[in-house]
Amino acid sequence: MHVNLVEQEAMAIEVRIPTILRNYTGGEKSVQGAGSTLDELFADLNGRYDGLRGRLVDDAGESPASLRRFVNVYLNDEDVRFLGGLAAPVSDGDTVTVLPAVAGG
Amino acid sequence: MLTISAELRSKILGHARADHPDEACGVIAGLAGSDRPQRFIAMLNAERSPTFYRFDSMEQLRVWREMDDRDEEPVVIYHSHTATEAYPSRTDISYASEPNAHYVLVSTREPGHDEFRSFRILEGTVTEEEVSVVPE
Repeated sequence: MHVNLVEQEAMAIEVRIPTILRNYTGGEKSVQGAGSTLDELFADLNGRYDGLRGRLVDDAGESPASLRRFVNVYLNDEDVRFLGGLAAPVSDGDTVTVLPAVAGG
Repeated sequence: MLTISAELRSKILGHARADHPDEACGVIAGLAGSDRPQRFIAMLNAERSPTFYRFDSMEQLRVWREMDDRDEEPVVIYHSHTATEAYPSRTDISYASEPNAHYVLVSTREPGHDEFRSFRILEGTVTEEEVSVVPE
């Protein structure tokens, strides 16, 4: 049992980082984090990759924190905007992919 | 400088004309680091608007993964303006976030006249670049 627990703890959530944000991750394309929601995961990552959360999350102003409109965040194969945004539950073994939104006028 | 084949240039212009009066958008993938656009991918404009465009997020995930699997990157990201010149708008600049991409703008404001221009957009700064159209 103990061994299983250790193995589970060793597993983590993989987060794939787009080119534009790799200056926050020392050039890494993919980093590992932990948390039970997307919000916790981003907070966890920010402890090691200072400033990263601010590029993903907008928590200025009076409204609750939300994902920045400049990024798309996917949990496995789903856009997290359809899964509750920052409140989306995440668990070990999940993959979170961040892509810059491609948009304009 | 953007070097692009005549065929790919005309595919972009054709897509823009076909979707007029809405804005058209897409990417041309090329091998990572090659700076040569090769694989044309027309994208849906999720906004279906004459003044705005946005890649559909699920289509984008699929296309970006496919590029990753093939060791490609978005060498060109294009979209059309339908009533104004082929120059990045303020919104275009605020969203631009692929430092290696050539941002191609075309305008369909005049039926018989093609406007096709290419830009680098880095941290809010727009630099127009020469476009070299090659046979293949």
